[in-house]
Amino acid sequence: MNTLDFVVLLGSLLGIAAYGMWCARGHRNLSHYLRGDKTEGWLTIGISVAATQASAITFISTPGQGYESGLDFVQNYFGMPLALMLVAAVFLPIFRRLNVYTAYEFLGHRFDAKTRLLGAALFLLSRGLAAGITIYAPAIILSTVLGWRLDLTIILSGLLVIAYTVAGGSKAVSLTQKYQMAIIFGGMVTAFIVLLLKLPAGLGDAFTVAGGFKKLEAVSFSFDPHRRYTFWTGLLGGLFLSLSYFGTDQSQVQRYLTGPSLRESRLGLMFNAVFKIPMQFFILLLGVMVFVFYQFEPPPIFFNQAAWHEAVQHDAAGKLTALEREFSATYTQKEQSIHRWLEAKHAGDAAAAASAREQAQSALERSQVVRAEARTVLQADDPGVSSNDADYVFVTYVLSHLPHGLIGLLIAAFFAAALQSKSAELNALGSTTTVDFYRHLLKREASDAHYVTASKWFTFLWGLVALAFALFANLVENLIQAVNIVGSIFYGVVLALFLVAFFLKRVGGTAIFWAAVAAQTLIFGLYLLRHQFPALDFSYLWYNLIGCAACVLFSLILQWTIGAGGKSAASLPVP
Amino acid sequence: MNPPDERPTHGNGPATADDDRTGLPGLRTWRGVYVFVLGCFLLWVMLLIALTAFYS
Repeated sequence: MNTLDFVVLLGSLLGIAAYGMWCARGHRNLSHYLRGDKTEGWLTIGISVAATQASAITFISTPGQGYESGLDFVQNYFGMPLALMLVAAVFLPIFRRLNVYTAYEFLGHRFDAKTRLLGAALFLLSRGLAAGITIYAPAIILSTVLGWRLDLTIILSGLLVIAYTVAGGSKAVSLTQKYQMAIIFGGMVTAFIVLLLKLPAGLGDAFTVAGGFKKLEAVSFSFDPHRRYTFWTGLLGGLFLSLSYFGTDQSQVQRYLTGPSLRESRLGLMFNAVFKIPMQFFILLLGVMVFVFYQFEPPPIFFNQAAWHEAVQHDAAGKLTALEREFSATYTQKEQSIHRWLEAKHAGDAAAAASAREQAQSALERSQVVRAEARTVLQADDPGVSSNDADYVFVTYVLSHLPHGLIGLLIAAFFAAALQSKSAELNALGSTTTVDFYRHLLKREASDAHYVTASKWFTFLWGLVALAFALFANLVENLIQAVNIVGSIFYGVVLALFLVAFFLKRVGGTAIFWAAVAAQTLIFGLYLLRHQFPALDFSYLWYNLIGCAACVLFSLILQWTIGAGGKSAASLPVP
Repeated sequence: MNPPDERPTHGNGPATADDDRTGLPGLRTWRGVYVFVLGCFLLWVMLLIALTAFYS
């Protein structure tokens, strides 16, 4: 990075944060601090909802996933439009009618205090864990490739987001998210265009190469339970994951409750229902095109180059250097085969094209074997280094092949993405702690000014917790999957609390509370025992469905056992 | 699409008659909006299936 890149990076990040703080200064009451001044239109709400979900991991890790596995991850989002329609039609009107600050207040109205606290506690636990990952994930990658100190990267980006979230509250979060998303999409679209211009093959040939290497298999109807992403896991698991995330996760609920009317909030959700799948497709396709680019340009054997160079220095026997030479040789064979393949295709010689394609496929498989061997040697040398370098693919491409200025814009985009999701999470963690625990349990009768101050302190403290977690975390297998796995462990049960509240009016507070405890224990058990029992080692997306179904079933059995019913959501009083 | 002077309320509360209107040209009811969203979803899935089939 040069001076121009740093000017773009710091100017955009600090400028947006300062603007957000300035526009959101001065909070009259708790509602203003936690729900904004209710002037945001549907587009701002829609962008805010999208920005909260799309963290830095989305823009760093997803292209890496496209590079490694192709487009199949897009199926993960197939359940989302259906879930958003349900949230808009069922959840949202009730939240607005009850005039709640948090989704868990509704559980208190419908069931009892202990169920409300359980829902809020599960949210704080899952989102608190994920909050550490969302701040750590971009920092570990960017500090490694840029040569910055990891702790300073975490602390400085963390303090920036804490400052404007604490000072500006919900309005600052929504405002900054709008401009941060503009930076992100400006950067990603420009990077995509530059990438296409740099490809030696045209777009048609690029798709031929990607398809030939099975990178364009977006949809699979396989019933193999061990296959992580299929149409079925995406539609069913994704439906439950999205329903839980958008309907019950306070970081999202808080975003769409900032709307001045039911209509604006609904349209904001529908905006996401229409555009999320194409957005994820575009980001994955970017990764696939980076893969195609590296078929014509020598890629590094290991994309975490800092770790690789350090290992090479300690490699007295020269094993890594030998593997690098072998990798380079397979690359040359593969590139020649691809050129022959495309020439034969253009000449209309199908047999020659098929033969050259097979040779290219064979060379790719050999290069993957060499890469796997290099990873093994690397990990034997330093067990602390993750063997998964997919998260480094896109950043490495950006730094190695994009012009200065655009590098600064892309790095700003990655940080902006980290800040936008982090700010919504902190805002929600602070709100839930204030409304569901502090105001509900400790200080019931205090002034609005007191609760605003308390909310600021809790937001600040959650920021410090996330920073501490990020400073002491270790790199996990794949960052975007880690966040989804943490979510899937908790989301099914939390969703069941709400589904039972909405649709099973016979079930009361005690039954649903113990059912939720039992179902959450079941999910923990399934997750912890998955390596001991191969039958339990299925896609994590199924945890959403299993957790939800188990909790609903347990609640019905318990309610039938103990008798006496609850009250339906429709019968709740309007404040 | 929704100028500030068309916004009905400045606080959460019971749904108003204005909330029943979508404010979208051609999609006047929420049922229509949901059908449109479902149609978009099916279109994306069909296009992805076509892409998968074409290049496999």
